[in-house]
Amino acid sequence: MSSDTTGPAPLGMSTRVGEPAGTAASWCDRCGTPAGEEGDHTACRAARQLEPPRYCQHCRRRMKVQVLPVGWAAVCVEHGETRA
Amino acid sequence: MPEILDQARTQVLENGVGLDEAGVLAVLNLPDEHLPAALQLAHEVRMRWCGPEVEVEGIVSLKTGGCPEDCHFCSQSGLFTSPVRAVWLDIPSLVEAAKQTAKTGATEFCIVAAVRGPDDRLMRQLREGVAAIRAEVDIQVAASVGMLTQEQVDELVEMGVHRYNHNLETCRSYFPNVVTTHSWEERWETLRMVRESGMEVCCGGILGLGESVEQRAEFAAQLAELDPHEVPLNFLNPRPGTPLGDRSVVEGKDALRAIAAFRLAMPRTILRYAGGRELTLGDLGTRSGLLGGINAVIVGNYLTTLGRPATTDLELLQDLKMPVKALSATL
Ligand code: SF4
Ligand SMILES: [Zn+2]
Ligand SMILES: [Zn+2]
Repeated sequence: MSSDTTGPAPLGMSTRVGEPAGTAASWCDRCGTPAGEEGDHTACRAARQLEPPRYCQHCRRRMKVQVLPVGWAAVCVEHGETRA
Repeated sequence: MPEILDQARTQVLENGVGLDEAGVLAVLNLPDEHLPAALQLAHEVRMRWCGPEVEVEGIVSLKTGGCPEDCHFCSQSGLFTSPVRAVWLDIPSLVEAAKQTAKTGATEFCIVAAVRGPDDRLMRQLREGVAAIRAEVDIQVAASVGMLTQEQVDELVEMGVHRYNHNLETCRSYFPNVVTTHSWEERWETLRMVRESGMEVCCGGILGLGESVEQRAEFAAQLAELDPHEVPLNFLNPRPGTPLGDRSVVEGKDALRAIAAFRLAMPRTILRYAGGRELTLGDLGTRSGLLGGINAVIVGNYLTTLGRPATTDLELLQDLKMPVKALSATL
């Protein structure tokens, strides 16, 4: 279904900030359906201005997300933490 | 000038007596051309009975998601297919969140948990968290952890929680359409205990749940009867996976009419912008609301969604020449 550009994170890499270099998102981080040409995520992108991500864009797992007064942190059990 | 605004000028502005349900309904039904006059009057009422200060608050979720209740608007209910997963915030991060909030000039920091009511674990976390914040941060601590027992009310007082939030969410007659796992009366009972304990009562709700205009007026009247210290006003932000996920948002003008009407029902309360204003009102509407009865804001992010940066709101307040309420003024 998705291209092979997003393998699992290297072992031992538990935390990362922002999108890993050189990988494209396979899944929409808002609705968890395939990203790219398969679906229209215009509304998701607009909504994401006022929402943290909910799905890991690399593996589609639902993430544990903590919203803070300033910023948020989202953790995928496989791909580690993303913060903003 | 519509009759209801003439009546409100004397009754609310001059005498400080809020409008009753019929009066609120008349304001909610005002045609668009009279909305500016309603907002102007609500603003005068706020200035006269509350003053120009704006109370700034930050909120944080101590326990997110996995709630056993079924509030149909809520992405944190464990009963819906919402993508929000359960997560706990650790104490050092809680204290850091309070520090970040205090840096904005906020005087209030509200700790929230997605629960029916607190269990022993949550009460322990709260006790530890409130103590740590009070030791390290110059800010007043509020809490919102659902329905309470009398013992829990007493414990919160003892911890130093100065205000308790528990929203009725909507009017009594519409509540069963929105929540089936507990009753409006159960919520009222917690509010009664909080009031008697001496903690400040913070109680508001969400507009746009499908309630009628009449029910909006009913809600304002019921809040006025409760007479809370603070009323947070949310506008539905339809959350994916919830029963109300497909509802449309409240129209900006209806939101502004509601702000004016709620202010005219409760001249002395702290009327706070809470969730959904970004979506419903945008920048222009946010400004109109602050010039139409609102005298408090939540800055920064919400519990599961994001807000505007605090600086955007603080700049707006500066622009409007509305001073941020200082801590010394609240103690
Ligand atoms: S009790 Fe609170 S957290 Fe639980 S479903 Fe209702 S609104 Fe959401
Ligand atoms: Zn999407
Ligand atoms: Zn992942």
